Amino acid sequence: METLEIIKDKETAIKEPVSISGSQAVLEAFIAEGVHTVFGYPGGAIMPIYDALYDYNDKLKHILVRHEQGAIHAAQGFARTSGKVGAVFATSGPGATNLVTGLADAMIDSTPIVCVTGQVFAHLLGTDAFQETDVINITTPVTKWNYQITDATEIPHVLAKAFYIARTGRPGPVLIDITKNAQIQKIDYEGYKKCEHIRSYRPKPIVRKEYVEEAAKLINEAKKPFVIFGQGVILGKAEREFKAFIEKGGLPAAWTVLGLSALPTDHPLNVGMLGMHGNYGPNVLTNECDVLIAIGMRFDDRVTGRLDKYAKQAKIIHLDIDPAEIDKNVKTAVPVWGDCKETLPLLTKLIDKKEHTDWLNKFHEFTKKETEIVINDELHPTGEQLTMGEVIQLLNELTNGDAVIVTDVGQHQMVACRYAKFNQSKSNITSGGLGTMGFGLPAAIGAKYGAPERTVVAIIGDGGFQMTIQELGTIMQFGAAVKILILNNQFLGMVRQWQELFNDKRYSFVDIQSPDFVQVAKGYHIAGSKVSKREELKTALATMLDHKESYLLEVMVSKENNVFPMVPQGCSVSEIRLQ
Amino acid sequence: MSNTKNINDVSHSPSGVGGKLDFTITVYTENQVGLLNRIAIIFSRRKINIESLNVSPSEAEGIHRFTIVISETEDVVKKLCRQIEKQVEVLKAYHNTNDEIIWQEMALYKVPTDIIAEKVKVERLLHQHGARAVVIRKDYTIFETTGHREETEGLIKALEPYGLIEFVRSARVAIIKASNGFHEKLKEFEQTEPGEELVENEFLDKQDEVFTM
Ligand SMILES: Cc1ncc(C[n+]2csc(CCOP(=O)(O)OP(=O)(O)O)c2C)c(N)n1
Repeated sequence: METLEIIKDKETAIKEPVSISGSQAVLEAFIAEGVHTVFGYPGGAIMPIYDALYDYNDKLKHILVRHEQGAIHAAQGFARTSGKVGAVFATSGPGATNLVTGLADAMIDSTPIVCVTGQVFAHLLGTDAFQETDVINITTPVTKWNYQITDATEIPHVLAKAFYIARTGRPGPVLIDITKNAQIQKIDYEGYKKCEHIRSYRPKPIVRKEYVEEAAKLINEAKKPFVIFGQGVILGKAEREFKAFIEKGGLPAAWTVLGLSALPTDHPLNVGMLGMHGNYGPNVLTNECDVLIAIGMRFDDRVTGRLDKYAKQAKIIHLDIDPAEIDKNVKTAVPVWGDCKETLPLLTKLIDKKEHTDWLNKFHEFTKKETEIVINDELHPTGEQLTMGEVIQLLNELTNGDAVIVTDVGQHQMVACRYAKFNQSKSNITSGGLGTMGFGLPAAIGAKYGAPERTVVAIIGDGGFQMTIQELGTIMQFGAAVKILILNNQFLGMVRQWQELFNDKRYSFVDIQSPDFVQVAKGYHIAGSKVSKREELKTALATMLDHKESYLLEVMVSKENNVFPMVPQGCSVSEIRLQ
Repeated sequence: MSNTKNINDVSHSPSGVGGKLDFTITVYTENQVGLLNRIAIIFSRRKINIESLNVSPSEAEGIHRFTIVISETEDVVKKLCRQIEKQVEVLKAYHNTNDEIIWQEMALYKVPTDIIAEKVKVERLLHQHGARAVVIRKDYTIFETTGHREETEGLIKALEPYGLIEFVRSARVAIIKASNGFHEKLKEFEQTEPGEELVENEFLDKQDEVFTM
């Protein structure tokens, strides 16, 4: 069967309607939306779509994952490195429920995803049919929007809506559930029309000049202004506007884990990481600044610590595209609603050119102290065992900060975020809001498809790797050249750290055994090696990076190292502990 | 484990007894399957009880109107409204206290007909409460009243000694006194480029209290 040549144009009106199946209409929509890669897994209720896919092989690359959770994490990784919408196919029932973790992750981290799930025939809905689950209701809390299609004539405009909703405003995951009869049904297809407006949906609030002016006034009067930024800068594609803003105002800027890489690591105004395992200065000085300028971030509790002792002395300016974020956790003095791509230049125009040298130096003093007490030992340890920090440090030297770093969740994630060097945006891919172990490997596969020209390094713990280890099969079959760097501390390290610090070292089920990872990789025809000695580390890392294909390097690190600094849960950011 | 204040913890709230008041939330929406659930879970996720919920058409064609009553602090109600407005199919959510709205609830009462027929007192009672007979059968009679909660409740109390068989009360329906209806607003929503009208950027009050949701 021929596929229809109706790509590119925004409006692809066909003169004579053609008869196509609902399944074809789905694929035409994907292509018209610029989707070239789909991550998925077939099954009974989505078979008509997979049958149609057979003829679209040249236009739509389908990556067969090993578990649907892997499909959606891969789509997330793809979206985060490419800035485009990630696409997923899954079948009904277990296929769809396997997506839930990824949907929740994409929802909380504002990642644009469109999932299409198959569903049983419409006449079987509600009958407990084979592989029927109420996917719409299961996924409602974890999707920006979802919709069930039972009639194929709805497919073109509903998919247009799905892509529009997923990528505009504050992005998020959308799920479209299509009953099998609708996939088979023939429709008179008149071409694809992209969605540009939904009456009940306002992706961008209108920028109110008076608030921009008020914000500028506060910034101009400030003696100790402090910028904290999140992923909003990246999602808004506003990295340049952001840089211009902080540079004109001489504003020290610290990032959340999801904001990381929006500003190059070595930018003179980049003062480091916020939050529980963030840097010393940014945490302590949050409670000393006089004006706190929050940009595209949502005051997560891992960032704020104890709220009633958070930046109480400061006037808070909050720039965000999502009105529901304003005042949600922290009361704002000036809310600047809008897309930061628009609001930042307006603000930059109104602020005075300044250098807050003394104030910036204060951050440097804290860095000095943190370096003496924490960073030196982490990056240049004198003990025999390797630290996670020195591995990241060597990696920086070898990649020069040009790699995409994907992490899983745990100690290695915090260490990677703290020490990895970044020169360009969209380079740090991590599960920030949900903290999903098992995210790393599939997300790295997707990240590689999203940025094929870049080196992608997946830094993963020995625990988290075992949660989605089966995706090695996806790499084997489709060849994503992902570099897998396992930092093996032979523990569920982050939980062990908490048990050591807060539960009297009562190590309860954190002692996790691992298979021989190098042998496992070998079973999947992926090359690999294992190191535990300092003198072998650099060569091993270089071998991994130089290898043309995917490569697995397992590094044995110190078993009981802790990540510091740390703001213990329930403490104020200024009570951050260095040891 | 969390140290942040719970949304239901009203001890820090500024107004009223525990700061909680009856609020009527009026939501204008598209008519779509599943939206009721989307709105309901905004409350249940935060363990907030919905006291009354009514869905009906509105004055604007194709636009549905949810009327939701909860007892909460204004701060929490504001945040809930923003979460509701964030839903794709929601056009607008308003919140009002009782003095800002005209509201009514309807109640039905089933009582044995023989007792009513006998007792003159009952007849007077029903009259006093403005009740109207909807059905009169040999075995039972159904009365209806419309009013505020205290009024419909008052009649239950009064009827109980005479053998109230069944009672049911509808959700609250309410009209906002200051509202000009939704026709004009809807026109704005239909435009691709909305006017400033739409984005009511309420300036934030200067309360120091902070809640977590
Ligand atoms: C799916 C899931 N289950 C449980 C957790 C809780 N958790 C957070 S970090 C962590 C330990 C991770 O251990 P490992 O992958 O070895 O990484 P490390 O902390 O040692 O670097 C656990 C169990 C989680 N975040 N996600």
